[in-house]
Amino acid sequence: MEKVMSAIKSFGLPRLIISLFLLVLFIIAPFAGINVGASITDVLGRFGQNAIMVLAMVPMIHSGCGLNFGLPLGIISGLLGATLAIETGIPGPVSFLLAILYSTPFAIIFGWGYGKLLNRVKGSEMMIATYVGFSSVAFMSIMWLILPFKSPTMVWGYTGQGLRTTIATDGFYHHILREAFVLRIGSLSISFGEILFFAIFAFIIWAFLHTKTGTAMTAVGSNAVFARASGINIDKQRTLSVIMSTWLGALGILCYQQGYGFIQLYQGPMYMAMPAVSAILIGGATVNKASITNVIIGTILYQGIVSMTPSVMNSLIHTDMSEVLRIIVSNGMILYALTRKTGASR
Amino acid sequence: MKKEITQKDVRNFLANNIVPIIFIVLCAACIPIAGYSGQYLVDQIITRIVRNSFLVLSLLIPIMAGMGLNFGMTLGAMAGQIGLIFVTAWNVVSIPGLLLAAIIATPIAIILGWFCGKMLNMAKGREMITSYMISFFMNGVYQLVVLYGMGSVIPVHSSQVILPRGYGARNTIDLLNVRKSIDNFWTFRLFANENGTGGLTIPVLTFILIAILCVIIVWFRKTKLGQDMRAVGQDMEVAREAGIKVERTRILAIIISTVFAAYGMIIYLSNMGTLNTYNSHSQIGMFSIAALLVGGASVSKASIKNVFLGIVLFHLMFILTPQAGRNLIGQAQIGEFFRVFVSYGVITLSLVLYEIRTRREKAESAKTLALSQKQEANA
Repeated sequence: MEKVMSAIKSFGLPRLIISLFLLVLFIIAPFAGINVGASITDVLGRFGQNAIMVLAMVPMIHSGCGLNFGLPLGIISGLLGATLAIETGIPGPVSFLLAILYSTPFAIIFGWGYGKLLNRVKGSEMMIATYVGFSSVAFMSIMWLILPFKSPTMVWGYTGQGLRTTIATDGFYHHILREAFVLRIGSLSISFGEILFFAIFAFIIWAFLHTKTGTAMTAVGSNAVFARASGINIDKQRTLSVIMSTWLGALGILCYQQGYGFIQLYQGPMYMAMPAVSAILIGGATVNKASITNVIIGTILYQGIVSMTPSVMNSLIHTDMSEVLRIIVSNGMILYALTRKTGASR
Repeated sequence: MKKEITQKDVRNFLANNIVPIIFIVLCAACIPIAGYSGQYLVDQIITRIVRNSFLVLSLLIPIMAGMGLNFGMTLGAMAGQIGLIFVTAWNVVSIPGLLLAAIIATPIAIILGWFCGKMLNMAKGREMITSYMISFFMNGVYQLVVLYGMGSVIPVHSSQVILPRGYGARNTIDLLNVRKSIDNFWTFRLFANENGTGGLTIPVLTFILIAILCVIIVWFRKTKLGQDMRAVGQDMEVAREAGIKVERTRILAIIISTVFAAYGMIIYLSNMGTLNTYNSHSQIGMFSIAALLVGGASVSKASIKNVFLGIVLFHLMFILTPQAGRNLIGQAQIGEFFRVFVSYGVITLSLVLYEIRTRREKAESAKTLALSQKQEANA
């Protein structure tokens, strides 16, 4: 009995409940007349779409900057890349590469400034990160209106200026990864393109964390005093981690757009940090510890619940409470992580 | 005695009051561009003070207890809204209606505040982000109760409140029954013309209520509990050694704040006249906190003066920017985005400045300590 208890403790009670809940959903699904193959396809699709944004949490958690509530800043770099790529008018897969290319300098500059700022407010990074994200989204809302974009696929038809609230990626990079290397078995289809894309970056981050710089970064996060004593430049490591997180956020949103099919501007990115933060916490990360495994498990569990609850609930009780449940589960998870004693000083 | 004003004093004054100064400059620049008449602006500002000051005042007590800006005031707002929903469903009119709403809201606010306080005690040192997440989490619970529970589990059946499908509250609820009943109870006209119309209308009763709350807050600081809170806010460990029950004091601070926020929300909504069931509370949290910070408050220090200065400046900006945007660039939408940006930006700026200032003070005190130790060693 004690062994079971300690196993549950190490796995984390909330994670256990969420896993069981998802399992129950998959068991009920066939009886509620839901195609399990299609559901799994849906969950995997959402995983591919969102996983990189969840991965963007990892560098900052490692360097002790806490959960990256400022993810919208990275998303904005991605949006700038995306809009600039469409502005050039080059269709097809090239536009996706262009979007990545264009968003990179923005991500580096924004991430550098954001990192410098967070270095000056050590100890309350998370609160300030949240508001940095919000302010940047609000600032860019003004910019989307006045930046001189010309492409007719993006600007409002009747005035000819100001970008639309949603822009379709059709003809550019719509489903560019989703429809690459697809394996179809009946109603189940697995897109290896997205999974591979995620795997590449997950591997890069994993490998990076095992290099000399990566180990230094982890040292800064786990014990800043010790790190300083061994001659590591703390501020530099933290800034580097923030730049990485921001850049991954930019990539993440591009990956999201190709699967979702639309670029969402204006207030769209406002609350996008919450699902990503919540996903990595469901995966077992804490405020100052996270691994690639946490990212993978967390994204599957979170997206599984988000996509399965509405369909199962709808067919069982004909009411869609899924949105409310999603709010409670995801924010409850963040709250749980913040109130743990093991969360140390941050 | 005449105090000499040095350059350093000026610099310190600027550094400590940068947020209100930015706002004064901003508003001064926008007034001529927007081109509103002075009377209109004064009238609007009086309305905003009436509406918002109770809510903003509710933030003061947790700051005193060293718990930072209470983003959990949204919880109180939710309690107030639930009270108003019931009153509207039962058709209780005017002031008795508002009193009943307050009576219903009080226990809900106490329970929510207790929950919030408990949570914040588990997250010492990061109260703000935690209270922020609590407000998000509770928003989900609130939606569950109001959107799915009302009419199906909770017996509310008025068609004014409940959606045609039989359960769940409507998106917007008309508060005609209680609209402006406090404000119109006893009004007073300033600068009226001969017919007794025009001029400025002053809702006296609302101002009395706000004044009472101000007096309560001033008095509260001098009570035993208030002193305890300040001690806890200064240093939790020292307070604990002095025999103060730190956890209990902190929970009480949050409960008081939540209950005041619930009353504040009832006053706010009765002035507005309509309830946006699923939006009002989350907006009000952000606006109240931004207004307090605009008034020159910081995470650890806020006074009644900050509250009123903040409301005047923040809402002046709110009234002016859309019109200024329209006159300047021809698009009102830019002004609207601009004020959202300013609200978030002001919170960011204040938080950052506060952190930088605290770190500098810490470094300076460490330096003086080191210096005095050195002198001691030399002597």
